[in-house]
Amino acid sequence: MSEPVHLVDHLPALQVVVPLLGAVLAAIVRKGALAWLVTLAVTWTMPVIAFALLHEVLVNGTISYALGGWAPPAGIEYRIDQANAFMLVLVSIMAALVTTYSPRSVASEIAPERQGWYYCMFLLCLAGLLGMAITGDAFNVFVFMEVSSLSMYVLIALGRDRRALVAAYQYLVIGTIGATFYVIGVGLLFTMTGTLNLVDIAGRLEAVESTRPVIAALAFIGIGIALKLALFPLHLWLPNAYAYAPSAVTAFIASTATKVAVYLLLRFFFSVFGIDIAFGDTNAATMVLVLAVLAMVIPSLVAIFQTNVKRMLAYSSVAQIGYIMLGIALVSQTGLTGGISHLFNHAIIKGTLFLAIGCMVYSTGITRIEQMAGIGRTMPLTMGAFVLAGLGLIGIPGTAGFVSKWFLIMGAVEQGLWWLVAVIVFSSLLAVIYVGRIIEIAWFREPVAAAASPRKPPVEMLAVTWVLAAATVYFGLNTEITAGVAAQAAELLLAGYR
Amino acid sequence: MTLINEVIAHYNYWITIFLMVSGLYIVVAKSNMIKTLLGLAVFQTSVYLLYLSPGKILGGTPPILDEGFTVYSNPLPHVLILTAIVVGVATLALGLALVVRVNEAYGTIEEDEIMDVVDREDHAE
Repeated sequence: MSEPVHLVDHLPALQVVVPLLGAVLAAIVRKGALAWLVTLAVTWTMPVIAFALLHEVLVNGTISYALGGWAPPAGIEYRIDQANAFMLVLVSIMAALVTTYSPRSVASEIAPERQGWYYCMFLLCLAGLLGMAITGDAFNVFVFMEVSSLSMYVLIALGRDRRALVAAYQYLVIGTIGATFYVIGVGLLFTMTGTLNLVDIAGRLEAVESTRPVIAALAFIGIGIALKLALFPLHLWLPNAYAYAPSAVTAFIASTATKVAVYLLLRFFFSVFGIDIAFGDTNAATMVLVLAVLAMVIPSLVAIFQTNVKRMLAYSSVAQIGYIMLGIALVSQTGLTGGISHLFNHAIIKGTLFLAIGCMVYSTGITRIEQMAGIGRTMPLTMGAFVLAGLGLIGIPGTAGFVSKWFLIMGAVEQGLWWLVAVIVFSSLLAVIYVGRIIEIAWFREPVAAAASPRKPPVEMLAVTWVLAAATVYFGLNTEITAGVAAQAAELLLAGYR
Repeated sequence: MTLINEVIAHYNYWITIFLMVSGLYIVVAKSNMIKTLLGLAVFQTSVYLLYLSPGKILGGTPPILDEGFTVYSNPLPHVLILTAIVVGVATLALGLALVVRVNEAYGTIEEDEIMDVVDREDHAE
């Protein structure tokens, strides 16, 4: 007699298995519209599972799921706590929204015979990202990292412009170096501790603390993940990848892929290595701080001089990653709360911006900033959402961006780093310039050429863009959810696995 | 003498490091896209060695339970690397497929020539 199987007990596995099977199904049905329906069904199942897991975690504490019934630490463990439960919610909601948004955008940008493959790759990418967030096994992280990365290279290469191919190739080379660095680090940890389970590694590291291979492992894993999350100056793959990928892809990867990588870095720095090893004898905190500050300033300056609006937003993303890393570098409850809430807020804000640009590309085919003259007057709804999210990017009070920047400033003040407050404000002023430039061109000039007569953007594209734009304001006014959640995650991370 | 013995005793690590660094060097130094990908493959392959060589225990037998044998090699690295090999093959295949498409689109696989074209397109936009 076998035990009856309760579906609810297997939610952690389903979170990854469902999109994986969905990808296969999408590849089998081939036809764009059918594949889209499959993707839609799968991506709207994901938030349900993610919220159920989140609820379970908040009520009953950490979930440990033995994959295939093999007990950890020998078997692969899926381990869900406050920190990654929120990542799962973020990634799955963004996937669901982007899928709802995408059918006509995809149809206008990707050849019909490739649309089925597009949805297949999208679901594979989703499965990889969710897997990276949910798993508690260091090597399993690598496998999911490669699942998501390989499918992301394909998604980027599907862009209309031939430059998308070069962008995908360059991302492939850099991404593979990053993943390989990560595996080298994990290999060193495995040699030192004889285990791959993250909790188990954290426990056994105490016995071998601060020996040289462990520090080397920290460096390899840190740099490997930094390549994936595009920490300045390791961001070179990002601008072109974002600029030439299909609109829906850019919106999805900009709001999820780098964020999951940041989560991994948090997990390794704080939970696995622990503050003592990661920030004790090493200069990791100082190094991250310096790079974060450079990331906040230099890419913001570069963004001001871009001619392609998607590339401008991409450079802005690199700058925003600087803010998130700053939260890590402060190594304090307030700083980390700021970093994690900025991770969440930036995902929403940048998602809105790229989706609004996607609407514009669909209606007019415009990607150059100069051609956007007067587009606000002919497409007020689309550009209205853009402005709202743009204000969030700057960090105007009443938008989500303000909340997280506020926490970061408080974190800097706590440690008496007043110059850091100045840098945060300066970087926000740079955002005023590059966002303001778009607003000026889009709203205060006479519409010409393509911008004068756009075709109507589809209602589902506008609706999704506005849902996210509204979220930007909602999370700016109701700070309890994001900040509360981020504070819990920060507390959990600072405590480590020990 | 002890230093030399030390070096020789860890020869597996030296091979690993040599492969790792030369692979990474090829990636950085070569402009030809296929050569870059081959460098990447060498770099990835070096990691297989990093995992496998500490798993071998001197005098150990393959990890099959049997009376009379008590020392076994660690089977886990082999399983891990089997996965890593699959990942490596997939990466190389996808990379080469992209290079084919790049060649069709640009008529060359030299990265610096392509970047010149890309820069021109960026400015002409």
